[in-house]
Amino acid sequence: MTAPQKTGPKTLYDKIWDAHVAHQDADGTCLLYIDRHLVHEVTSPQAFEGLRMAGRPVHAPDKTIAVPDHNVPTTLDRANGIENEESRIQVEALDKNARDFGVVYYPVDDIRQGIVHIVGPEQGWTLPGMTVVCGDSHTATHGAFGALAHGIGTSEVEHVLATQTLIQKKSKNMKVEITGQLQPGVTAKDITLAVIGATGTAGGTGHVIEYCGEAIRSLSMEGRMTVCNMAIEGGARAGIIAPDETTFEYVTGRPHAPKGATWEMAEAYWRTLFTDEGAEFDKVLTLRAEDIAPVVTWGTSPEDVLPITAVVPNPDDFEGGKVEAVSRSLDYMGLKPGTPLTEIPVDTVFIGSCTNGRIEDLRAAAAILKGRKIKEGMRVMIVPGSGLVREQAEAEGLADIFRDAGADWRLAGCSMCLAMNPDQLAPQERCASTSNRNFESRQGRGGRTHLVSPAMAAAAAVTGRLTDVREMM
Amino acid sequence: MDKFEKLTGIAAPMPLVNIDTDMIIPKQFLKTIKRSGLGKNLFDEMRYDQNGNEIADFVLNKPAYRKAEIIVAGDNFGCGSSREHAPWALLDFGIRCVISTSFADIFYNNCFKNGILPIKLPKDQVDALMEDAERGENARITVDLESQTISASDGTEIHFDIDPFRKHCLLNGLDDIALTLEKKSAIETFEQAYQARMPWV
Ligand code: SF4
Repeated sequence: MTAPQKTGPKTLYDKIWDAHVAHQDADGTCLLYIDRHLVHEVTSPQAFEGLRMAGRPVHAPDKTIAVPDHNVPTTLDRANGIENEESRIQVEALDKNARDFGVVYYPVDDIRQGIVHIVGPEQGWTLPGMTVVCGDSHTATHGAFGALAHGIGTSEVEHVLATQTLIQKKSKNMKVEITGQLQPGVTAKDITLAVIGATGTAGGTGHVIEYCGEAIRSLSMEGRMTVCNMAIEGGARAGIIAPDETTFEYVTGRPHAPKGATWEMAEAYWRTLFTDEGAEFDKVLTLRAEDIAPVVTWGTSPEDVLPITAVVPNPDDFEGGKVEAVSRSLDYMGLKPGTPLTEIPVDTVFIGSCTNGRIEDLRAAAAILKGRKIKEGMRVMIVPGSGLVREQAEAEGLADIFRDAGADWRLAGCSMCLAMNPDQLAPQERCASTSNRNFESRQGRGGRTHLVSPAMAAAAAVTGRLTDVREMM
Repeated sequence: MDKFEKLTGIAAPMPLVNIDTDMIIPKQFLKTIKRSGLGKNLFDEMRYDQNGNEIADFVLNKPAYRKAEIIVAGDNFGCGSSREHAPWALLDFGIRCVISTSFADIFYNNCFKNGILPIKLPKDQVDALMEDAERGENARITVDLESQTISASDGTEIHFDIDPFRKHCLLNGLDDIALTLEKKSAIETFEQAYQARMPWV
């Protein structure tokens, strides 16, 4: 049965969805065709094993891109191999699976290796209008290109490997509009955290969010990726931003982007990818960019967001199940209600991850660290999102700024974003982190995470406490 | 995948909201290349102290709930990472059904692929079942997928909704991939037309 297409004005999500329905059942369940399948070592071994056991090949190996990132050490001597046995086995399993099934592969020693969500766009695998999936919730990142991109589980990884489709029901449409212009010192990270603060971690559940408005349009591709990256923290299935000149400029000349006449054809199509006048959204949130301050998280859920100028809240300020969750998280975080956020000392700073491990993030951190020293006794880890980001940061002199300031400048990988590799927090160690999750023990058992932008993280590295970056600009 | 038809078992109450997949199965256990064996580390950091000893007042460590097969949970269960290790760990422990007001999308999907039934109910019904679950062994709950009903220990019946396709697959233990491969020619026809329209993909 072919798909009945939505008539009348469509949202961007509707358009991409309609273009990819390969089959539709009477109850609305669809087989959605997948253009790019990204694979990393943690969520894929069981899927490849499933294929082997059933004797099934990978349907489209040239649309399947694999890269190890979660388990790889980020120290300069990592060529010596991975010490942790289980991590090593997982990376070796990906090596073998990539080879056996013939998928595109960037091994650890390839300069293009890095976090899967940074490598995809960088290599031009991610393009406007595509469907992109990966066994990883932060696949939402790729939505910055006007692609429908979301995380899937390992059974679905196996399903996509075997069929290049996914069984899907359509999500609802949600619009998040950020009007006006950001104030100095406020970044894409603050936008995305402020949105989660406003909607809660379940606010986007069942929806695909389209981010729009002047403040979003003014962001670079790096900033847009930061915004979409955390759509999942707001519970949304995906985040998406309509492609425009900024997008086309970023994509042009990337290794796997179309060229010549094919580019012309692609660009003409990409220019049709926007939400039509009058299209309906199921949910709408509007924030004024001027109202967004540099923010930090104080608790153990990404919705626990406050402007840096605020104080630690009191559990009694909340309602229902959240009261218990807040007491538990303040206890875990070792914080007292009423403490000004700027008086919270930190031990460690982590700058990196698929949220903020791109060149622009490193530039923002370097702008603060330039000519300054990190506070004595602090551990400051700066981890580029890919080997190519690292190379560029070296060429631009950012790496020298980091080294001169006393930071630890490392090789590409997920690093302390989730502590599956040796980069971890000790119990009670407190970290200002540019990553995306502040869950209990996310960065190491008992570790305490405050999510911030790269500039805010750099400021904390200098002062040794959570700091309003605007004071240092 | 095992079929899910009817289950009568002990339900463990976990009223905490936003129980995320890092709590369900912390990342240090994701390094496996297998699906099995994760049950012993389910809720690891809530269940064991730093020395690996059981924390007595964590619900699944209490004598009454050690054999729980159902979890009644606070809002937004399973948020966070896409790791299918979360349902694998639940299943390996013996949990076949989770009841909450809401679930994170990916986790919800992942449950069905592994023979776990996630049930969404309105707040008052979840609250009532939570209260029932507090009574431990004395409160066996029955979940019948065919008739879409939950029977509480006092005999009260609660109806739940579920997508018919998912119900069908769960009742029959059907493998998605085999079902989709039956439509292989439709996929290939689509693929050819699509490739002609969008040669850059
Ligand atoms: S950087 Fe962090 S969030 Fe991103 S893919 Fe790696 S572990 Fe996941």
